[in-house]
Amino acid sequence: MTYTLHVLSIISISAGLLFFLAGTVGLLRLPDTLSRLHALTKADNLGLGLIVLGLLFQAPGLLGGIKLILVWLLVLFGSAATSQLIARLARERRSSR
Amino acid sequence: MMPGSMAELLFDSILVLTLLAVALSILALRQAFAAVLAFVTYGLLLAIAWVRLGSVDVALTEAAIGAGVTGVLLIAAASRLRRSIPIADKASPGIPMRIAVGALCATISAALVAAVLHLPTPAPGQALAAVANLPSTGLGNPVTGVLLAYRAIDTLLEAVVLVLVLLGDWSMAPDGQWGGRPGPRLAPEVNGPLGLLVSVLPPVGILIGIHIFWIGADMPGGAFQGGTILGAMWILTWMAGRTAPPHTSSERLRLVLVVGPALFLVAGFAGIVFAEAFLAYPEGWAKPLIIGIEAALTVSIAAALAMLVAGWPSREAPR
Repeated sequence: MTYTLHVLSIISISAGLLFFLAGTVGLLRLPDTLSRLHALTKADNLGLGLIVLGLLFQAPGLLGGIKLILVWLLVLFGSAATSQLIARLARERRSSR
Repeated sequence: MMPGSMAELLFDSILVLTLLAVALSILALRQAFAAVLAFVTYGLLLAIAWVRLGSVDVALTEAAIGAGVTGVLLIAAASRLRRSIPIADKASPGIPMRIAVGALCATISAALVAAVLHLPTPAPGQALAAVANLPSTGLGNPVTGVLLAYRAIDTLLEAVVLVLVLLGDWSMAPDGQWGGRPGPRLAPEVNGPLGLLVSVLPPVGILIGIHIFWIGADMPGGAFQGGTILGAMWILTWMAGRTAPPHTSSERLRLVLVVGPALFLVAGFAGIVFAEAFLAYPEGWAKPLIIGIEAALTVSIAAALAMLVAGWPSREAPR
């Protein structure tokens, strides 16, 4: 049972890290602010989701698991809102040019 | 070597190398804003390093104060500087001076490394005594025991310093603005992302802030970390235009700012009468007193940090 859980954790966290890698490559390679944001938030949110899923298999109890999910939801919410704010600023700068 | 500890060694090595690289980039970056972002990154990585060392309390404080609050203050400072002085102006020191400074820093670093490497094992310290005497305070977290009981005087001074720093900040206000509101006037945002953030986040954030203060008695957490989160929620309502920073002459604000340090001082002097010394707690009263002081400190710290971010009074001076 613990063996299966470990394997599930490793698969899930590795997949999450792959998304982080893809997001970082996007941040470095994509040409403008909006597409960089798009790559970063999409990849990071899904990547963090997969890492949290992987950690859930190792969670000490129900409360610990709920806290992990709460962390993911808060980051999801925060990064979605901040990326909107950054995108708005980028659009204003472009139109004022 | 065990495979597990090998992986840990690899992780720690990458962490330390990244920390050094980010620290160098703070110094090397020539734009103030980029340097501040590197500094925030450095603080967050340093928090991970503290977790690796088993100091979760320090990690929380580093993330909240070192990276969070200091980062916000530095971003505000950088954006002010951009309007006035360019970074690294012509008066930067010559090459001999730089070599001398570099050599001095390298010598100090080498001496510190040598001192750490030559510490006897187990390292001398009061850690065992701190844990052994913890039951007399009723607390479960030895770090809170050090901060609020054994070395309460340090924490008291920290709390007072925060108020003094804010007073110093306020006194930068031009004549005629003293007592006014700090920060820019912002139109309330209803529909945008800030409107959504301010509708959803504060209830959750306030709960987490109180939780982190409360749990500090037995687990990592405490007044500074919890207060930072509460202060951030207050700032969020300013940013979305739902509330405005209060007039710095507001008596309610000033009461909130000093209630923590004041209660701490009163409890300290009461110790002379009811216990053996200044800041000593009477037998059996340690835990309730500590929780009470920490609760008041949390509120004061939250208000002081938020008002520091808002800056000195710049508008709507009272008549």
